[in-house]
Amino acid sequence: MPKTYDPIATYTVPSAQASYTFSSIPSTYTDLILVMNPIAASNNTITMRFNSDTASNYSFTNLGGDGTSASSGRQSNLTWFYVGDINGTTIGTTLIQVQNYSNTTTFKTCLIRNNVSTTSTSATVGLWRKTPEAINSITLTTFSGINYSIGSTFTLYGIKAA
Amino acid sequence: MLNTISAILNNGVSAIGDYESISTVTVGAGGQASITFSSIPSTYTHLQIRWIARSTNTSFQQIAGYGRFNSDSGSNYSWHQLYGDGASAGASAGATQTNMLLLQEASTLNNPSNLSFGSGVIDILDYSNTNKYKTVRSLTGSDINGAGTVALRSGLWQSTVAINAISFTESSNFAQYTQFALYGVK
Repeated sequence: MPKTYDPIATYTVPSAQASYTFSSIPSTYTDLILVMNPIAASNNTITMRFNSDTASNYSFTNLGGDGTSASSGRQSNLTWFYVGDINGTTIGTTLIQVQNYSNTTTFKTCLIRNNVSTTSTSATVGLWRKTPEAINSITLTTFSGINYSIGSTFTLYGIKAA
Repeated sequence: MLNTISAILNNGVSAIGDYESISTVTVGAGGQASITFSSIPSTYTHLQIRWIARSTNTSFQQIAGYGRFNSDSGSNYSWHQLYGDGASAGASAGATQTNMLLLQEASTLNNPSNLSFGSGVIDILDYSNTNKYKTVRSLTGSDINGAGTVALRSGLWQSTVAINAISFTESSNFAQYTQFALYGVK
């Protein structure tokens, strides 16, 4: 059976920066997995875009727990994806999965798990509704433009189905 | 300041780990009532299924899908879920079921051009171990820009037989472009 789950690119933040982009993502895989260990200058929200699309093509439904209660929310027709919390003192763990990212026949659905041990855990499903195209870049920012701090890591993997 | 990282083109670089692609099913035009992986080799430790799916159902926006192992239709399945529907978080469970709740699909209803699909990742741990029941976990969700559900699910198949087949069904048919991919982890 063909081995897969290939590392595509990885990056560790050397100095505070506002955003990161994985570009020139090869279309030869079936699924993408993005693993993050982010920390920011202050508490905020991680946001994401595909292919530099700034139109209102994003929506999500999420489930979260803050240590006191569980809740669910939804937003539609956004210009970005909601990924989850980022913290100013505690490194978080984020896993973003996009199945069938390179097909040109469907909208793209992503599944996100985000965890910050001192504040929250969440699961999110997101939809990108741009006219179907392969994802070739992923940009990660924060909602308020807060910088990612030194030591934040971003790693992209590709999985290829037989 | 935008920091751009050029991806290292991976063409020609082989994976060196123990995660292997076993089989893939893609639904063609006309749809398909069920999806089955059979003759699953027992040489791995865990299985993972990665999928996107849309239902041909025209009555409901969100469709649940189910799994069975080794064609077992007995009341040998149980499951729990924690889910969010955009308005509130909820939990539910099923015991002594004839199948396992695993999938969350989009349907044809309120799905312009039928381009929105549900997605998920299913992990089956120690699937070939004949000394224990089989444990399953699933992360799944579907969002259609105004409706959707995301769920964390766990399941139990009360059988010590090694899993050699997995089948998925739902209330209608799986629509064209639905795809399920089976992977083995050593």
